[in-house]
Amino acid sequence: MNIHIKNGRLIDPKNNIDALRDVFIAAGKIAAIGTAPSGFVADRVLDASGLIVAPGLIDLAARLREPGYEYMATLESEMEAAVAGGITSLACPPDTDPPLDEPGLVEMLKHRARNLNQARVYPVAALTSGLKGQELTEMAELVDAGCVAFSQADAPLTDTRVLMRAMQYAATFGFSVWLRPQDNFLAKDGVAHDGEVATRCGLAAIPVCAETIALATMLTLARETGVKLHICRLSSAAGVEMIRAAKQQGLAVTCDVSINHVHLSEMDIGFFDPNCHLIPPLRSLRDRAALRAGLLDGTIDAICSDHTPVDEDAKQLPFAEAEAGATGLELLLPLVLKWVQQDNLALSEALAKVTLQPARILGLDAGHLSVGAAADVCVFNPDTYWKVEPGALKSQGKNTPFNGLEVQGKVRFTLIDGKLVYQTQAAF
Amino acid sequence: MNNPQLNKHGELQHLLTTEGLPVRIVRDILDKAATFVDVSDGHEIKKVPLLHGKSVFNVFFENSTRTRTTFEIAAKRLSADVVNLNIASSSTSKGETLLDTVDNLCAMHADMFVVRHAQSGAAHFIARHVAPEIHVINAGDGRHAHPTQALLDMFTIRHYKKEFHNLRVAIVGDVLHSRVARSQIHALSTLGVPEVRVIAPKTLLPTLVENLGVQVYHDMAQGLRDVDVVLMLRLQHERMQGAALPSAQEYFKYYGLTEEKLAYAKPDAIVMHPGPMNRGVEIDSRVADGPHSMILPQVTFGIAVRMAVMSILAGNA
Repeated sequence: MNIHIKNGRLIDPKNNIDALRDVFIAAGKIAAIGTAPSGFVADRVLDASGLIVAPGLIDLAARLREPGYEYMATLESEMEAAVAGGITSLACPPDTDPPLDEPGLVEMLKHRARNLNQARVYPVAALTSGLKGQELTEMAELVDAGCVAFSQADAPLTDTRVLMRAMQYAATFGFSVWLRPQDNFLAKDGVAHDGEVATRCGLAAIPVCAETIALATMLTLARETGVKLHICRLSSAAGVEMIRAAKQQGLAVTCDVSINHVHLSEMDIGFFDPNCHLIPPLRSLRDRAALRAGLLDGTIDAICSDHTPVDEDAKQLPFAEAEAGATGLELLLPLVLKWVQQDNLALSEALAKVTLQPARILGLDAGHLSVGAAADVCVFNPDTYWKVEPGALKSQGKNTPFNGLEVQGKVRFTLIDGKLVYQTQAAF
Repeated sequence: MNNPQLNKHGELQHLLTTEGLPVRIVRDILDKAATFVDVSDGHEIKKVPLLHGKSVFNVFFENSTRTRTTFEIAAKRLSADVVNLNIASSSTSKGETLLDTVDNLCAMHADMFVVRHAQSGAAHFIARHVAPEIHVINAGDGRHAHPTQALLDMFTIRHYKKEFHNLRVAIVGDVLHSRVARSQIHALSTLGVPEVRVIAPKTLLPTLVENLGVQVYHDMAQGLRDVDVVLMLRLQHERMQGAALPSAQEYFKYYGLTEEKLAYAKPDAIVMHPGPMNRGVEIDSRVADGPHSMILPQVTFGIAVRMAVMSILAGNA
């Protein structure tokens, strides 16, 4: 099927394009940009007048909840949510039940996802067996089964010798290790940033040093072992500064932040809003400003949704008892656009954080629309304003701190491998 | 953000915290409480039929004898029907969710819930979910708030000191884990106390506590100097386990209120404690039972203050 996306504003950060250009798709790939290749006959023309044509979004952290937590979400519901959000590839963390620590589980997940014929799923396997932080998983076998990296998700790994060994072993094969920095002792029982709001509300706190101490350990071990280290969900100004320094010293570390932390702070907890119970905790306004600055100067490479669908019962509890996390697949693009508007950024620069950069972290030749690349495309209207209504989200998770917020940007078409997997009607 | 304690007319709908409680409402409560105290007859509390035909549910998800009892007495003095539910040992342990419990209690036609829960924010959570005609009184939620305790402390201070604007008040002890301390700090600043101090080792103070408007001291001799009111906090025994303190003996030596330490305060200083006291840990018996101690009047006034809160809420139907 040949598709012609016409009259759109093409934004392709990798190729440095931000201009009105038509896109021609044939055999699932980008066939040409600007002018049609000779003999191209479109089977379908998508009118992108007034719309932005961008690479499909790539999300570094989306929990699909399978296997084990199907009452919270299913592959079907979340994959539909992904394409509705313009996301064409996503990495899912291993904190399922059982955790993704065996090749069979990974193969089953890949198989289930493939049959749905929607977003591409890249499983991140457990770094240690059962995420228990004691024994290594069969990393090479897991990669053969389709894993792209190894992580502890939010499970603690307190034994630094195990961590060092895991990094050494991963480095042997050139595998990536993704870690969220948090000292388990300092964070014990904590549910909010150790600051003014936790003090006022009487919530058990997680100090910034829980992040920086763990980060220091991880960076030290990455230097020692030469492993490809990716830091997940940075939350503090001090953490940003440490990554900045490490990069300046030449360490090949990458890192991401969740879109929630780009927009929210501890202040949003208000009167104990359980939707603001997130991991890591929402920190101070100063920390939020530092995260934004870190994104701009390249210290933070990517933004993820940290999509965590939670069933309603698990959120209908007092703050500390409510399950942590927020739904995010359908809000990632609108919230990136909000950030662009608030900080007056170049759209291309911001979109790189959810396309090209996450692709690089995943080690994929994706996140761009070069001729010959897979036609994973997101076409959206940047000027459509809409109000976040949890009930209207396709994700089974309705838990969002952005409930009721007016956002901008609505996906019109999502294409994967040149196939139209999602479309909405034009707004008149 | 709407203040969840007030109705659309700005009247008290629930009493959840002293934070953000308008000063006119605080004064109303204290004034109303005064009408229930018969000063001619010791500090006898009058019986009045203001809540006749109303039912008050004491819903305690965390064990408490004293607070529950004073609420029960207060409700009975107002002629309300009182139902005591000790949920710590019933429904939730059978797997019922908090929301289910609340829905069930609403269906029993309660007019007022007095709620205690181990989680900070639980009272706010319950207030958000009850039917609009039901009033919620927070009888202590986690480390967050214990507004009636703070209000009875304010009543006691006003009773003995008359004014707030010329006072120096010290709060001593485990501020980090104390809902009482948080509620006291907000109430004292609302009433215009110019200087509120907290005195504790660093392990028992929350981060940025000074942002609540208090001055931080780690030394009793300095912190108690020239204060008018000393508010002692209870020290939980489990603080020794979490490496917050080395021992009860060392704590008593440096932070326990003895006559020697109290001598740094003004000669007419009053000493208060929310109870139950750990004698020989945070307070010496000679102080607890001595002439400066207002600990027993606090308990009596607590009934009047709780009566005031209940009758004001019932009037704001």
